[in-house]
Amino acid sequence: MRVGLFLTCVNDTLYPRTGQATVALLERLGCDVDFPLAQTCCGQMHWNTGYGRQVEPMVRGFAETFAGYDAVVTPSGSCGAMIRDNHPRAAARSGDAALADAVAAVVPKVHELSEFLVDVLGVTDVGAYFPHRVAYHPTCHSLRLMRLGDRPTALLRNVRGLELVDLPGAEECCGFGGTFAVKNPDVSAAMGADKIRNAEAAGAEVLCAADNSCLMHLGGMLTRRQGAVRTLHLAEILAATEADPGGLTWAGVRNGARG
Amino acid sequence: MSAVPLGMPSFPDAAREATRNPTLRRNLRHATHTIRDRRAAAVAELDDWAELRAAGAAIKDRTLRHLDTYLEQAEAAVVAAGGHVHWAADAAEANRIVTDLVRATGETEVVKVKSMATQEIGLNEALAEAGITAYETDLAELIVQLGDDRPSHILVPAIHRNRTEIRDIFRDAMGEWGIPAPDGMSDDPRELAEAARLHLREKFLRAKVGVSGANFLVAETGTLVVVESEGNGRMCLTLPETLISVVGIEKVVPTWRDLEVFLQLLPRSSTAERMNPYTSTWTGVTDGDGPRAFHLVLLDNGRTSILADEVGRQTLRCIRCSACLNVCPVYERAGGHAYGSVYPGPIGAILTPQLRGTGSAVDASLPYASTLCGACYDVCPVAIDIPEVLVHLREKVTAQRGHVIERSALRAAAWAMRDPKRYTALQRAAAAGTRALHPRRLPLPGWGKAWTDTRDLPAVPKESFRTWWQRRDTSGGTK
Repeated sequence: MRVGLFLTCVNDTLYPRTGQATVALLERLGCDVDFPLAQTCCGQMHWNTGYGRQVEPMVRGFAETFAGYDAVVTPSGSCGAMIRDNHPRAAARSGDAALADAVAAVVPKVHELSEFLVDVLGVTDVGAYFPHRVAYHPTCHSLRLMRLGDRPTALLRNVRGLELVDLPGAEECCGFGGTFAVKNPDVSAAMGADKIRNAEAAGAEVLCAADNSCLMHLGGMLTRRQGAVRTLHLAEILAATEADPGGLTWAGVRNGARG
Repeated sequence: MSAVPLGMPSFPDAAREATRNPTLRRNLRHATHTIRDRRAAAVAELDDWAELRAAGAAIKDRTLRHLDTYLEQAEAAVVAAGGHVHWAADAAEANRIVTDLVRATGETEVVKVKSMATQEIGLNEALAEAGITAYETDLAELIVQLGDDRPSHILVPAIHRNRTEIRDIFRDAMGEWGIPAPDGMSDDPRELAEAARLHLREKFLRAKVGVSGANFLVAETGTLVVVESEGNGRMCLTLPETLISVVGIEKVVPTWRDLEVFLQLLPRSSTAERMNPYTSTWTGVTDGDGPRAFHLVLLDNGRTSILADEVGRQTLRCIRCSACLNVCPVYERAGGHAYGSVYPGPIGAILTPQLRGTGSAVDASLPYASTLCGACYDVCPVAIDIPEVLVHLREKVTAQRGHVIERSALRAAAWAMRDPKRYTALQRAAAAGTRALHPRRLPLPGWGKAWTDTRDLPAVPKESFRTWWQRRDTSGGTK
């Protein structure tokens, strides 16, 4: 199966290790993975901040770039939801019927990573090894827009050595919310502090999610407070194996690409 | 809608104060989590909740499509039953109508049923200017009125108060308004309720005029419906000689069969009850039973213009259950007052800017008072896609004057994202720029400082994924 990886601009720029982990994982499961260099951004920041009229070129670019793949996989529930829910709306608004058709053709092929693994590849045991106590934060867009349900935790439960701990208040927003984090910084920080307190109370070593943008907010708070919990994207846990627990083979550490 | 409160700060500024008030945070957290969990349990009991919710949305949408027809049908039915119907285009007209009606009775005081519409138009203040005292009789509204406070929740207006604060308010203010609180009253809920009962009973028995809103107006019979938990509403609706009800035009439902759907959706969503405790219905006037004169004031006050907005009109489905407030993580931390309106929380963040426009600082900030987490949409019993309307209103705000820096920055980003080469160049520049900024704090005002006041900036890796990918591609990699 020829899989186009839509990594997202945040991961491409700030979290290359998540991309490397996704590639390693999908190749281990027999996928032919390609990262088309023409990809940029899904347009979510513009759309959600009130600049929806500026996203049409990004929507067009996405539809053109990923038209030729059997499946499109993205390690972001949030960007996946932007594409699935809002690219059709943006295309409809453009009045360009050809664009609407192109978007309608590509959208059903787009899957968030855990969705792709469980629903398309039909696996919940991906052969991973990660001997740590992990709390899973089901980010809002993964939970309520993509409706990932128990797919991510089903995958985590099958990771050898991993102890999945219950996160109190798991379904509550972490307070990131894109530009909300800077437009309402006090409420955002209050929500983030509660999420971190819950992760600590759960005794987690690692706070895991399917969205690095939320983890950027929580991780930034954790490093500021020098907290004991660290954040990690789901893909990086699923890519780790007994033979290579640190991801040395797939992360291409030659140039220090560690995120 | 009545004007923005004088000197009302923008949402982020008001919310900042709330996040630093530990008593408020504790009161709100306790109250919202309790009712949130109870609602979830009450809804989970019904295996046809999704169908009920869809039916509620569909009935409201159909009614709104033919709103003129149903309103005229309701008017004719109310008149046929001996009531009077008045049409008010805005808050000023509604206040004038009610004031004139009270004056015509010769009375200088009225008792009130809890009502969002009369809060929205600032009726109590308008009556006070005319020398008429309005007594709130809902327990929570009484607490707000005696405390010279503002409501902070649609269903539980005094949610920001704990019982000790309520005891102090009763002790200090009840005497000024009527029967004082008993000496030595503790903060035990039963003692507080008893004090309120004694205080209010005297008002009920004395008042000649009652003022209410309504949860529903059934068009086929012209019947008004008030749904409440305390019984105080029924006192106000039955004891006075004159009853005046101010009702938003979106409250109409075509038939009793339609009402049945909402009488299932509303109690479970708002108070987590299977059935509402006090459901009062009345149709015009009845000889020897209840008020001898009934006036219905139908209120537009911006609703028609909401109806004209294809995305925004779903807001008019709202049945004021307040489930969205109870589940909202932003409301829980910011409190209701930060929304600068009688409609706080997620529904307020979309309703207030549509009723008042987005001209003031607080109204322009309300569409941004959300992380778009979607919890409000999930619990809404009439499926209002609040996040969708928030984003729609954000587009209206960004189309206004101002936002120069933000608009320029986002336009530049959009320009870059249009072309992979530009995007890559921007990516390199950003990486080089932010790497130099460590130790991860930005001192200048704006988004950078807002982020780094509480959070480190992420460490920017030397190599982006795409650079790694190209390197791997050309070196043969593991592919």
